[in-house]
Amino acid sequence: MDNLKQKLKEQIIERLNLKTLKPENIGDDQPLFVEGIGLDSIDALELIVLLQQEYNIKLSNAEDGPRVFHSVRTMAEYITANNAAVKVSP
Amino acid sequence: MKAYIRSTGNISPQHSLNTDSFFLTRVKTSKNFFKSLEPDYDDFVDSKMIRRMSRIVKMGVAAALTCLRNAGIEKPAAILTATAYGCLEDSAGFLRKMIEFDEQTLSPTAFIQSTHNTVGAQIALLLKCHDYNNCIVHRAFSFENALTESILLLQEGIGPVLVGAIDEITDDRHTILSRFGLYKKKGTLPANIAGEGAAFFLLDKEGGNHPQAILRDLQTIYKPEDSETLQRYIQEFVKKNGLNMSQIDLVLTAHPGNAKKDEVNDQLLKTVFHENQCFPFRSLCGDYPTASGFALWLAAVLLKEQKAPIWMEGMKFPLKNILIHNHTADIHHSLILISAC
Amino acid sequence: MSEQPFIAGMGIVSAIGNNLPANLQSLTNEKAGIAEMVWLESNHRGELPVGEVKCSNEELADSAGLSVRLPRAALLSCLAAREALQDAGWEKGAQLRTGFISANTVGGMDKTENFFRVFSKNSAGGKLVDVVNHECGAVTELTADYLGIRNFVSTVSTACSSSANAIFTGARMIQAGLLDFALVGGTDALTRFTLNGFNTLMILDRELCRPFDENRHGLNLGEGAAYMVLANEKGMKQLNKKPYARVSGFANANDAFHQTASSPEGTGPFLAMKAALNHAGIHPADIDYINLHGTGTQNNDIAEGTAIRLLFDPIYPKMSSTKAYTGHTLGASGAVEAVYSILAIQHGLIFPNLRFQTAMKELPFQPVTACLKNQVIQHVMSNSFGFGGNCSTLIFSAA
Repeated sequence: MDNLKQKLKEQIIERLNLKTLKPENIGDDQPLFVEGIGLDSIDALELIVLLQQEYNIKLSNAEDGPRVFHSVRTMAEYITANNAAVKVSP
Repeated sequence: MKAYIRSTGNISPQHSLNTDSFFLTRVKTSKNFFKSLEPDYDDFVDSKMIRRMSRIVKMGVAAALTCLRNAGIEKPAAILTATAYGCLEDSAGFLRKMIEFDEQTLSPTAFIQSTHNTVGAQIALLLKCHDYNNCIVHRAFSFENALTESILLLQEGIGPVLVGAIDEITDDRHTILSRFGLYKKKGTLPANIAGEGAAFFLLDKEGGNHPQAILRDLQTIYKPEDSETLQRYIQEFVKKNGLNMSQIDLVLTAHPGNAKKDEVNDQLLKTVFHENQCFPFRSLCGDYPTASGFALWLAAVLLKEQKAPIWMEGMKFPLKNILIHNHTADIHHSLILISAC
Repeated sequence: MSEQPFIAGMGIVSAIGNNLPANLQSLTNEKAGIAEMVWLESNHRGELPVGEVKCSNEELADSAGLSVRLPRAALLSCLAAREALQDAGWEKGAQLRTGFISANTVGGMDKTENFFRVFSKNSAGGKLVDVVNHECGAVTELTADYLGIRNFVSTVSTACSSSANAIFTGARMIQAGLLDFALVGGTDALTRFTLNGFNTLMILDRELCRPFDENRHGLNLGEGAAYMVLANEKGMKQLNKKPYARVSGFANANDAFHQTASSPEGTGPFLAMKAALNHAGIHPADIDYINLHGTGTQNNDIAEGTAIRLLFDPIYPKMSSTKAYTGHTLGASGAVEAVYSILAIQHGLIFPNLRFQTAMKELPFQPVTACLKNQVIQHVMSNSFGFGGNCSTLIFSAA
């Protein structure tokens, strides 16, 4: 999970062009939206694309976004859960 | 009198952001394109907003903010932008991804930044300016039509008006226009040089603390029948402003890029401009649809400073009235008359 | 506002008809034009309903007598603009000054996409003829040349408010005495570029859109072109006919909140509507009908609805979004909906907000759900709100 969180931080910085941030500046539980890092609705869409392209997970309901993308931890948990689900089903 | 140019802000292939440097050094190019000298954009926009901005948006925003800073005002009463090509980098970027990924799993940022009014919108966003905002996208008349609209707004009591001309060179644009033969070599140098720039002006009914120049009049002429007709339009334009051609102290002509010879312009030099000192402004900024923005900036600077850059030989002063004649492919001709304050 | 320009003629091509009478008939018969994709070749065919003009490029080119190599937006524009001039009885030989101010958002992008398919893999590939009319302004000039208008030609592009802005630019020029006639409006054709672009924003409804409904899921894209001939008194005298209506007010304001999303309080929409009313010298209670921007997205409808609540409370005029008929025609939408607004005045009709079921819980009003006839309509407000916070409101009044 730690590796995944680190990787996510790097990917978020790269994809959202957050040039002034380093992975160590993003706390695991730091809110990504509004307060905290201060991402907006377009960033949320970019993160949806990130999930699809890098982790093959499709977030088809945009309303799940706030919960899934609340923090790096919630993102990592969501990815782990969905990848696990994929592995388990025959 | 139509409008005062209270201030300017120009990012171009010359040292136009800082007029002191512009007066000392001329930038040349040996290639067939002329890219802008760009500032550090972090001086203008914070990192959260700048991260989504493509190059043209950064250029436009920086030039606009410079113009407002130079006038010492925080917000204009209207924002007008003119661009023929729009946000090419973002448009092409989105198109390429769309093709590469077969219309699946695409990222939104390039698309939302590709709309032509993005520069004007980002300026409004930065300034929290809720006022009038429009974007004209009509080829080589984009800037002229935006100036016309600016003047109408001033006449209605809406001012000051921030109006800018922005177009960018991208690899794709250059490749495609090269394939159209625009940058073919004639002799050792290409005739046309692809250019770009972002030139902003603050127009107002009053001059403010140190006005740059007065925008007196402008006119567009679409596909004039022949040179004689064009000459007649030029003479009538000057006359209707209470002047004769000998009172035009400088004509900024539309000779493309490097070209020493150009049929349309040379004919004018022999006839209606034969008494006037002339300077080919596109040798400084290259060729692009909104290049008249650079010309207006150059005219304003010369009228304000009443001296020539050290590299501009033989220019006679004082300059009271400057006429800009621009044209693209003998299709879009425009005339702009500016005078000293 | 002094000297309110008259509307002397109109022309339109949309998903609900290829000319003005056909559009009027569809509106009164409550017949929407949003359906499965037929002409646009996209991987989203079968997935995303769209409001296509029911003609192939060949048919459009044939009707106009033009080459099928021209961008679809230009073909639509030529047809609608030609109808507007004919409807007005304007003739090329007329000595009065005529300008053409058109709007579009993506110009000849349909052809550019074909070019890029090859060019993106090989920079020497792709047919140059496919990009020669890429620019927004090129599409406008094709129509100006087709109609023989030369005095003043311009193109506006401010996303979804584009053609509303083109309309008030023409009105402004007539009022300033620069033109006697202004042919104003806009055009946009469906392209993979815009379809995929909007899809990335996750604001497209997979079903037929439900503007201003509590259970709305987004917009459907559409295409079309619409124009009107504005005239001053001198122009109307020459045409020797009764005008349909007047442009009595207009305003543009900027939301300055976000590149694409509207502020939740609807600041930009509120300012535009309020300023347009001031410009027309009328009060909110004087408005008989609002043609809503009403795209069907969560964001627009609540922002616009909130702005209406703040401005009109407690007397709400009848209102509807005709995007439920045509889809969102982007650069053409301001003009398409302006034409419908004038038809409302002309014929005493209020068109319904099709497929509406449940009022938005935040709003104390809801749109009209059936076509109302024999209405006395003096003043209509038409809203167009675009990306970049560009908010425009037009007010049309009985002449």
